[in-house]
Amino acid sequence: MLKTFSRGGVHPPENKLSAVQTIEQLALPKMVTIPISQHIGAPSTPIVKKNDLVKVGQIIAKSSGFVSANIHSSVSGKVIKIDSVMDSSGYKKQSIIIQVDGDEWEESINRDPQLIKEINLSSEEIIKKVGDAGIVGLGGATFPSQVKLSVPKGMTAEILIINGVECEPYLTADHRLMLEKGDELMVGTKILMKALNVSKAVIGIENNKRDAIEHLTSLSSNYEGITIQALKVQYPQGGEKQLIKAVINREVPSGGLPIAVGAVVHNVGTAYAVYEAIQKNKPLFERIVTVTGKSVKNPANYLARVGTSLTELIEASGGLPEDTGKVISGGPMMGKALNTIDIPMTKGTSGVLIIPVGESRRGVVQDCIRCAKCVSVCPMGLEPYLLMTVSEQQNYERTESERAMDCIECGSCSYTCPSNRPLLDYIRLGKAEVGAIIRSRKA
Amino acid sequence: MSKLLTVSPSPHNYGKDTIKSLMYGVLIALIPTTVVSLYFFGLGALIVILTSVFSALIFEYLITKYILKKEPSLLDGSAIITGLLLAFNVPSNLPIIIIIIGALVAIGVAKMSFGGLGNNPFNPALVGRVFLLISFPVQMTSWPVPVQSRMQYLDAVTGATPLGLMKEGLRNGEPVSDLMTQIPNNMQMFIGNMGGSLGEVAGIAILLGLVWMLYKKVITWHIPVSMIGTIIILTGIFWLINPDKYADPVFHVLTGGVLLGAVFMATDYVTSPMTTKGMLIFGTGIGLLTVVIRLFGAYPEGVSFAILIMNAFVPLINIYVKPKRFGEVIKNG
Repeated sequence: MLKTFSRGGVHPPENKLSAVQTIEQLALPKMVTIPISQHIGAPSTPIVKKNDLVKVGQIIAKSSGFVSANIHSSVSGKVIKIDSVMDSSGYKKQSIIIQVDGDEWEESINRDPQLIKEINLSSEEIIKKVGDAGIVGLGGATFPSQVKLSVPKGMTAEILIINGVECEPYLTADHRLMLEKGDELMVGTKILMKALNVSKAVIGIENNKRDAIEHLTSLSSNYEGITIQALKVQYPQGGEKQLIKAVINREVPSGGLPIAVGAVVHNVGTAYAVYEAIQKNKPLFERIVTVTGKSVKNPANYLARVGTSLTELIEASGGLPEDTGKVISGGPMMGKALNTIDIPMTKGTSGVLIIPVGESRRGVVQDCIRCAKCVSVCPMGLEPYLLMTVSEQQNYERTESERAMDCIECGSCSYTCPSNRPLLDYIRLGKAEVGAIIRSRKA
Repeated sequence: MSKLLTVSPSPHNYGKDTIKSLMYGVLIALIPTTVVSLYFFGLGALIVILTSVFSALIFEYLITKYILKKEPSLLDGSAIITGLLLAFNVPSNLPIIIIIIGALVAIGVAKMSFGGLGNNPFNPALVGRVFLLISFPVQMTSWPVPVQSRMQYLDAVTGATPLGLMKEGLRNGEPVSDLMTQIPNNMQMFIGNMGGSLGEVAGIAILLGLVWMLYKKVITWHIPVSMIGTIIILTGIFWLINPDKYADPVFHVLTGGVLLGAVFMATDYVTSPMTTKGMLIFGTGIGLLTVVIRLFGAYPEGVSFAILIMNAFVPLINIYVKPKRFGEVIKNG
């Protein structure tokens, strides 16, 4: 029986154009721009300076707090400057710019593709090494992974859920990873289980990826404790709370973390990165990126080095199409629209989506006809029409009491609205204001 | 790099629903009912429908353009629906001028004076209908006999509706079993062969429309099911207590405006609640009020009043009835 979450959800057209394209290694760029803030939390502290020579996998910026992450060079060559460069957020961020020279890796990295199944490290050692390797959530949220593995005192993890949902339309990076790196992913999952000290892991995959479900199910007989759960296709199932609800039918309490219901969720990409870090000693400096779009000549999945300019990724897929209206970092539901393609890809870049002019403008906003569709699609059980109204009126007290902070910003409300109302835009504004009010109350 | 890119917050793709597509979904659902009303009431139905729809469109256009001073959006379909539903709620021998007055009240007073589509608290077609019922009680309660009056309009042969017969008979102390012999059997009523407003008679056509709207996800089941269910249960209880004084539930569902009201009037987006729980309360309330008016009130029929009364409660329902929030169960329990 296919499982799914019980409340809300929408079914945007899947458009998985690159689903059959095998992962290709992207040619080495001539230069990389590596921002020191690629994760949620404090920016890292650069430990290299201009004219330093670095190798592939060498640490170049150190984690600066509990919620922060190390950053490693993705290329070998010379640091030519450390400068403010705009990234996908649209803001300028400190970045380390390296001129590429050859491809010389740190000797400690095991580049032999042979699968290593045996796990020799203890739980504490695994967590430390995951932190050292600079691994962050690769589903897009980029939350430092070692923090998620460190279970707070008084709580216990019962189950590990691996997120192979990839519910965003267009994106196929996780899908390809599951097909091509199945065993590594399984070992990575075993490592995470050991770190968390749990005996059960479930890999949740939506039913539009039958081949991945079958492949991993056949592998799972070799890995004790790991099961594969096929899920009914429904956006936003890849949301952490929705996935937990779908797989183990528990609801993470409002304002709480998954660990409150005994669950820890990691993305398949993260599990793979963990495998590489623990078994191969390879820090996180490259990832799979989907480059796609209806007008893109060759939609593809690239294994690309962090810091590579999106321009090069797009060039590899046949260049920016003539009718490009929007370029999105990520998927169409939650991704960020970019104002230039001259920005570097980071650890969190799961895809580059190119939308033609014809589909990039919003419709004309009309009056709310109170059709209640936004209420029925909200996966968090909120009333988007009401949140928009109170936020627009700057009634932040009501915005808070109507639980705006529960909103996961999945965009289902704006997607479904027949009057093209900018529901999520106003809810975000309201959330920002309410967030500031809550912080000042605590202070 | 000189290409100018569009930037906006997510999401970047949009569903296919538009106001127009939803409204046309309702219009398609209204086709079977239109066809049946034309079959039973012929010429009269045609004149009433055309007058009502055209005057609704004209009033919408004039008011939007010259009073609200906005760009008229005639083709969004909402004015056509209001016009059509108003026609469905009146007898087929209603004089043209009265229909035009009804459309003016529906569009001008009930809809546009509140700011147009989306802002009106009461169902426009029903406001129009009730206004006419109170202002022109004689014309609004003379019911052409179906089939027989097909080629007639103002001069149509009239008769009573089953509900009218029942109310009148019970008042004179006749038992229900005797009265039942004077009205068409359930099958005849289900296909629409009885006196009544031109769109309310054919249960089967209305249910076809319901199936279409549910399939197309234009509406959900909550309001029709809770409203009809309440009417069945309540009239069923009275019928079981005293079948001589109270008619059976099937009679109550098939006669008058219950089906038309439950499927097309109470489900109006603008004037119904926003949550499924709220919709269930709303539907149940309409069912309850309908039964009270029919069994104990002065009018033989109460659907229109029941819906309008519950429309007034919608803002209150929206304030107090909240959807089940994600993560609420565990926090409180």
